[in-house]
Amino acid sequence: MEFMSPFAIVLRVVIQFTPVWMAMAVLLTISFLFKRRLGLYGFIIETGTGFAGVSILSFWLFTAIFAASVAPFDPLGQIVSMKDALPGAIEANSGLPYLLGGDKLARDVFSRMVFGSRIVLIIAPLATFLALSVGIMLGLPAGYFGKRIDAFLSFLANLILAFPIILLFYLLVSPGILETPIPYALAGFFFVFPILLLFTLFWSGYRAHPKQLALRLVLTLLAGGWLFATFVFDSDPFHILRVSPSTLNIFAAVALASGPGIFRIVRSLTLDIKTREYVQAAQTRGETPWFIMLWEILPNARGPLIVDACLRIGYTTILIGALGYFGLGMPPESPDWGTAIKESSRLMRAFVHPALPPALAMMSFVLGLNLLADALREQSLKD
Amino acid sequence: MLAFFLRRLGVMALTMLCLTFVVFYLVNLEPNLRKLAISQTEMHASDEHIESWLTRNGYRRPFLERYAAWIGVWPKKPNIDPETGKQVSRFTYCEEPSVVVYAGVIEGDFGCSTKFKTKVAEKLLPALCATGLLMFWVMATMVPVALFLGILSGMREGSKLDRALSVVSIVTTSTPEYVSGVVLTIIFGTWLGWLNGSAASATGDGITFYNFTLPVITPAIYGMGYIARMTRASMVEVMTAQYIRTARLKGLGFYAVVLKHALRNALIAPFTVIMLQFPWLLTGVVIVEVMFRYQGFGLALVEAAGNNDIDLMLSCSLVSVLLVLVTQLISDVGYAFLNPRIRVQ
Repeated sequence: MEFMSPFAIVLRVVIQFTPVWMAMAVLLTISFLFKRRLGLYGFIIETGTGFAGVSILSFWLFTAIFAASVAPFDPLGQIVSMKDALPGAIEANSGLPYLLGGDKLARDVFSRMVFGSRIVLIIAPLATFLALSVGIMLGLPAGYFGKRIDAFLSFLANLILAFPIILLFYLLVSPGILETPIPYALAGFFFVFPILLLFTLFWSGYRAHPKQLALRLVLTLLAGGWLFATFVFDSDPFHILRVSPSTLNIFAAVALASGPGIFRIVRSLTLDIKTREYVQAAQTRGETPWFIMLWEILPNARGPLIVDACLRIGYTTILIGALGYFGLGMPPESPDWGTAIKESSRLMRAFVHPALPPALAMMSFVLGLNLLADALREQSLKD
Repeated sequence: MLAFFLRRLGVMALTMLCLTFVVFYLVNLEPNLRKLAISQTEMHASDEHIESWLTRNGYRRPFLERYAAWIGVWPKKPNIDPETGKQVSRFTYCEEPSVVVYAGVIEGDFGCSTKFKTKVAEKLLPALCATGLLMFWVMATMVPVALFLGILSGMREGSKLDRALSVVSIVTTSTPEYVSGVVLTIIFGTWLGWLNGSAASATGDGITFYNFTLPVITPAIYGMGYIARMTRASMVEVMTAQYIRTARLKGLGFYAVVLKHALRNALIAPFTVIMLQFPWLLTGVVIVEVMFRYQGFGLALVEAAGNNDIDLMLSCSLVSVLLVLVTQLISDVGYAFLNPRIRVQ
């Protein structure tokens, strides 16, 4: 078997990412040209940490988008002669190199890492968004009304927070549980919240304008109903998306694990903001409680919430990686980083190269999110 | 203070009750029971076989009765073999009482582990000791280093040292255990050969620097950044306080001010953070024990969950929930003691 030199490997890896570099260059150039008009984003990109965070995140975002042209091989394809091949080994038939070597099932480590970014970049933000809508929908009334609602919801949140996450995952993401209706019920419960959030938002805000209200409600119902059918029942009426029950289970488990944390933040922010003058003014005007919560309190709580969401996507990524590491939820051949780390860490004494790429990818992605959150926090402290 | 303490204990008991109920429900789901029955009878057991095994061993009694019996507030009936009329234990490797007794977790009977083929208590106690040892060393390395880094960077906010240390702590918080474990094992285990990438020998031969360093520093690195950042924030706040300026103006040296005036007040906030690290450390310990094959609580939990070992899993969740609740209580009470401005009502 022929091998490339280390220098040639590095050069070739950089060349493989060409579409990503080009897209990043366009994005960052535009960002810098129009930074004065871009508000918060424009300020963040000027700071060192913010720039580093945005660069890393855009790198992975574009890698996920252009995965098909960046990766030279099929992430699941096995070429038997390349089993445990060292980095830079050239595959005889196609003449293309396994840039970062092959794993024990003779798949290209580089292509798997590139395609793994897709899975992580789709599931982590979506699951966080789901948890965010649950946390907002429950945290706002808990903080605003207080009393029994607060006591009950806070007890529930503390209950889940007292549960060790790893045990929760083992109980909820085990294969046996898919035979029972529990994951579907749980996911159904969580996926109602984004729809409920938009519905209440429009209902409370546009009551004076029936036409606009009707338009928005119909759109929410159509889009929400479609996504609900796709995700919870895996029966997309248009057959565009497919969500397997085990993926759905991951969504439900992650939302359950990080929802209470967001709930607590939203609740404490609401407790703080509801004493402000503009809330009292709205109460005097006779606005409904939900209008005050969603149109007066929520927009003013956005700063800390954005920072937290950023950190939380990173945390969710780590959780999903842990799920993969324990072999829960993801199919065993899945190229996501957690599963890849698990697969390769067993053979680490013999072959090191399959373990490093997914580990470093995971680390750099979370680092990008943390850097961005840090820059956002610094910026919000300045105001 | 006493009323507060008692109310907290009441909430704790209620939380435990709710959580163990949920766990009891989840581990006793029909697919799990069937799997257990299949593993305990012959491989190709028919549905009737499975059903009769489950009935004979009491898994078909009313759910609430079984839950109450597991807690120990309802008497446990012995399993009678319908053919011989004699008492038989559920599993051959665990003796069970032949008379009607209260035998639940309150009485100290945790049941029988099907994976390790022994009583749960006999498996769990050494495992807990091993994990306690691991956690102690993790804390003993993580906390001093984190506090030191936090104080050093919070001492002079915005200095070059502060920026450099902030980058270090952001990088460590972005490195979960399964990433740093892999990277460290590759560097120190495979390439340099200084440390052992497996802690399996620690159970038999005792812990050594060679086999125990990697399992300790892997979770320590991940947790360190967070504590360091909290300490830094607290330190920055304290350093801008009036009494620090007064101390500086009366002519005290910078380091004397830091050590005598700032440090004590700056360490109150991180105390809560450190206490709340314990439950979170539990997750890290599970990953680390699996990665380095260290025979502790985490590995027992994973083996129990992976092999559908119902009694062991229930006990594991009981232990971990208890750990979470106790650390929460200690952090609240300790915070009130450390900070005289907080009065518990």
